Amino acid sequence: MQIYLPIAEMSVNVFWVLGLGAMVGFLSGLFGVGGGFLMTPLLIFIGVPPAVAVGTQANQLVGAGVSGVMYHWRKRNVDVKLGLVMQAGGIVGTVLGVMLFGMLQRLGHIDLVISLSYVIFLGGISGLMLMESVRALFRGRRKGATRGKLHHHTWLHGLPFKMRFPRSRLYISVLLPVGIGFIGGVLVAIMGIGGGFLLVPAMIYILGMPTTLVAGTSLLQIILTTGVAAVLQAATNHTVDILLALMLLVGGVLGAQMGSRASGYLKGEQARALLALTVLGVAVKLAVDLVLTPDDLYSITTTAGPK
Amino acid sequence: MRARRWGGAMAVLALLAIWTPVRAQTLVADLSSHLIAITTGFTGTDVVLFGAIDQPGDVAVVIEGPETSQTVRRKDRIAGIWINNETLKFSHVPGFYGVASNKPLDALLPPAVAQRHEIGLDHVRMLPRADADATTVAEFRSALIRNKQREGLYGTEVGEVVFLGQRLFRTSISFPANVPIGLYTVSVYLIRDQDVVGAQTTPLAVSKIGFSADIFDFAQHDGLIYGLMGVLLAVGAGWLAGTVFRKG
Repeated sequence: MQIYLPIAEMSVNVFWVLGLGAMVGFLSGLFGVGGGFLMTPLLIFIGVPPAVAVGTQANQLVGAGVSGVMYHWRKRNVDVKLGLVMQAGGIVGTVLGVMLFGMLQRLGHIDLVISLSYVIFLGGISGLMLMESVRALFRGRRKGATRGKLHHHTWLHGLPFKMRFPRSRLYISVLLPVGIGFIGGVLVAIMGIGGGFLLVPAMIYILGMPTTLVAGTSLLQIILTTGVAAVLQAATNHTVDILLALMLLVGGVLGAQMGSRASGYLKGEQARALLALTVLGVAVKLAVDLVLTPDDLYSITTTAGPK
Repeated sequence: MRARRWGGAMAVLALLAIWTPVRAQTLVADLSSHLIAITTGFTGTDVVLFGAIDQPGDVAVVIEGPETSQTVRRKDRIAGIWINNETLKFSHVPGFYGVASNKPLDALLPPAVAQRHEIGLDHVRMLPRADADATTVAEFRSALIRNKQREGLYGTEVGEVVFLGQRLFRTSISFPANVPIGLYTVSVYLIRDQDVVGAQTTPLAVSKIGFSADIFDFAQHDGLIYGLMGVLLAVGAGWLAGTVFRKG
């Protein structure tokens, strides 16, 4: 069954899009990430204009995040205070990111910047995560043994404006969660991703949060930043396709529920290793595309008149 | 319905006969529909063009979409990766272009005449904005056409105009799902002895209708409210799913 998307201005198969949403939603529930890093490239791949893919993705991540947070909320795995503090940085990052997105679009470099950001961020972080979790898996240590060592004292702990986060049992500088939130916000706007793949390891390794709280808390922060991004993209760039977002949502929320449930069967290190492998795969694919000679060196953009 | 359209065609024919008595060559053509409505179920459509000529001749049909400006970018390898480098802007580029004829175009018309009437992909009008040299323009121009063809918006081959007997002709024009909205012109040329001896232009509107049009207008005019509603919808859907799956 084909349906015409009014903003993307193309016709897509309903079941294809629903399936796409479900698949990415499952991964997002499983790993506690938004799944945007998979969805945005996939949408672009099926022919959705990159700008519409990014804008719509922000909208659909809100819904996926809500159902994910509800699941973790019931298990009391959300640190609301920390999530809101991260959010303060997230909003600023999102606003700047949406402006940057518009600028790069006019210069014709948005596709390159999206690809490069994916390669650098996804590749770098997934590489680190993979090394870390492989090491953990091979040592076969129990969780209790590693947790104590996650909290090293570094210069990060000498930063001012310290605040207590009782839920996570942390006493850290506000600048850390705000900074992490800020970067997450920029990524939402530019890459159309929630930034969970970045937030999750940052919260584990930089903030030293207990891993059980990370998924729920990062999803809380993702809901708010993606919500702001979706409204801004709709208001300034008119790039949110509600019909597409709704279809992705229906598939996505169902997938996310199953994923959240399945995550109970995975150990922390296993989940991280799997996430790292998935992310690394996307990064490698994009890196290869940047280096390989494209089929057509020329591309066109409609700069005036009907699209 | 069909009878009424043919009746309309006959009326136009009669009018033309009255208004252009000095013209020896007469050409009449009309479309099966002057409106392409893009609804939620739209997957592309065909429009039939039919017409008649009063003396034997050849016919070429050109369909041009609304004018746009296009930026063509060429990637170059810089530090190992492919980066958009050289840029050339074209204005007055038709957003859609299709051509059909009953014989191969180069057999019908010399290039100069085809150029004048913009008949054929080699003669599509597009004005380069920068003061670029001829070879660069040619290179970027063919890249633009190639990209448009890949999007399905420029015909890759010349369509077929079929004659039913000596006088009546018809052709079918295909529009893909991503057809740009706006006002189109369908030009029909009567060709005899390597020259255009008659022409008729018919308008064709492509427009979003119904639910998809409402969404499009809403998004364009009230972006902020549209965005807020989208987020609310997403929150609602997420909440619903979270509640439904609670028991499990």
